Amino acid sequence: MTDTPVRPDAPTESTMTRVRPQRPLSEVAAEIPDVPRKRKAGPHLKRLLKHVLLIAFGLVMLYPLLWMLSSSFKPNELIFREPGLIPTALDFTNYTAGWNALLHPFSHYLLNSAIVVLGCVVGNLVSCSMAAYAFARLKFRGRPLWFAIMLMTIMLPIHVIIVPQYILFSSLEWINTFLPLIVPKLLATDAFFIFLMVQFFRGLPKELDEAARLDGCGHGRIFLRIMLPLSLPALATTAIFTFIWTWNDFFSQLIFLTRPDMYTVPIALRTFLDATSNSSWGPLFAMSIISLIPIFFVFLFGQKYLVKGIATTGIK
Amino acid sequence: MAVIQEVAKTRGASRETRNGDGKAAAVFLAPWFIGLGLITAFPLLASLYLSFTDYSLLEAPSWIGIENYQRMFEDARWIKSLGVTFQYVFFSVPMQLAMALLLAMALDKGLRGLAFYRSIYYLPSLLGGSVAIALLWRQVFGADGLVNQVLAYFGIQGYGWVSHPDYALGTLMVLNVWTFGAPMVIFLAGLRQIPTMYYEAASIDGASKLRQFFNITIPLLSPIIFFNLVLQLIGAFQAFTQAFVVSGGTGGPIDSTLFYTLYLYQRGFGSYDMGYASAMAWFLLLIVAGLTAVNFFASKYWVFYDD
Repeated sequence: MTDTPVRPDAPTESTMTRVRPQRPLSEVAAEIPDVPRKRKAGPHLKRLLKHVLLIAFGLVMLYPLLWMLSSSFKPNELIFREPGLIPTALDFTNYTAGWNALLHPFSHYLLNSAIVVLGCVVGNLVSCSMAAYAFARLKFRGRPLWFAIMLMTIMLPIHVIIVPQYILFSSLEWINTFLPLIVPKLLATDAFFIFLMVQFFRGLPKELDEAARLDGCGHGRIFLRIMLPLSLPALATTAIFTFIWTWNDFFSQLIFLTRPDMYTVPIALRTFLDATSNSSWGPLFAMSIISLIPIFFVFLFGQKYLVKGIATTGIK
Repeated sequence: MAVIQEVAKTRGASRETRNGDGKAAAVFLAPWFIGLGLITAFPLLASLYLSFTDYSLLEAPSWIGIENYQRMFEDARWIKSLGVTFQYVFFSVPMQLAMALLLAMALDKGLRGLAFYRSIYYLPSLLGGSVAIALLWRQVFGADGLVNQVLAYFGIQGYGWVSHPDYALGTLMVLNVWTFGAPMVIFLAGLRQIPTMYYEAASIDGASKLRQFFNITIPLLSPIIFFNLVLQLIGAFQAFTQAFVVSGGTGGPIDSTLFYTLYLYQRGFGSYDMGYASAMAWFLLLIVAGLTAVNFFASKYWVFYDD
């Protein structure tokens, strides 16, 4: 919420406007160059020491992850004896055992998660960009008020609305379907992304849509033909964050999906603890690694948008 | 031609000021309005109503006034869950932010490979909320887990950290601190906006690095610190997954990791005490809203705005 440059015509964000640096943080974040802005002519040794410390710290941070990866290739009895990273033997039995350890093969849960994620990504992209266009470009009565309400819903803990939502969805017989997870996204309830896109739309030159209007374009075509094509970075950020959040989401999936054949990856992973004895960490680690791979790839290829996204809205 | 355009412009402008874009706005906002009404506002009010009722999904809710709220204050587990959550929030959030700021400062001062370090430190933020990592934590801090293996290397006999009532919550705090990458990225962006000339002027005047930190960095970064603080506090109050997975859904050992949201889940979706769960949820909303309000109020005294 720190983003927009002060604009007199922008809808007020009440107290939020006070948290506001001079330049959009997202811009600054994206600009941070790999090369230093000013090299200190300090002694070589000191700089080297700093790098050694930073790398050592990074290694400590990532150690549990690397260890899990390595352990997923180790036989069970070695997991508890070897804190080292290099597996003595490359063994894929954990993967085959984990894949078939639950009621359904793990691909079943991966597919379920993929369906939910796809639905949520499409839902957020469509509904949030539409709402953002209205807030950023259209004049209508009560806009500042609606905008403030939209911002407030960002802060609303899901726990306050989950009980009636459960009652509502169960009266529609939507429990144990993916609808309670996807339909809210089609209705733009992830207001974070509305805000993110409003910020982005405001940065696009108004002359473009004014010119289009003179040429007889309606709002629908301005939105589809001008705003959306120019907003690919914002759309990418939305898609990436929706992907990661939905893939990791546990609370709502735990509540709305109770039948094993509807389980998504997080719920399936959890049942490992009940289904298998505590000693079978190997297969559990193997499936955990598989569940993290999609996020890791999104991280690898979407970093630019992630950094920009966090700096804009402060999301994780 | 130019004249026609001008006319068109004024006509367009006057039409716009007369009617606005009300119709178009209604179309573009339709999904959001429906969502706001059905998915957010209605459930919000419904849960307020339910919080004054006894409701178990099977029979219609029956009005019992403020009894749920009274019961909460006599419920030892509820009080415990509140304590656990406050402990978690007030220890792990400042530690996480301090870590984020420290690393952001270390990376900011003209460093080769910044993007590389930033990626490494940021990765845990993306993974930290997942069940996989919570399961990993359960093992790493288990009786014969990674931490104890390393400690044994130094001849130290560790506890079963996740199953020890004094340390289980601590392991969850460590997990939260581990995800310092997201606030770090925000700090990094904020640090970039502090003009270097301030530091140059200060060092010419003989100010030490420590003084520069407290008298330049902290004041100029305070809006960002404040922003991070509000966000992380709100997030930490709602923490759920890690405690649920690490404790196997119980909040144990001896309720030492019984997060507020976890207890809410147990009451609402374990014993279907929906009225009580709703009362708990509204209490949580009041705490979070109150704390955010206090934060904004207190920010007048320590957050420095340049303009």
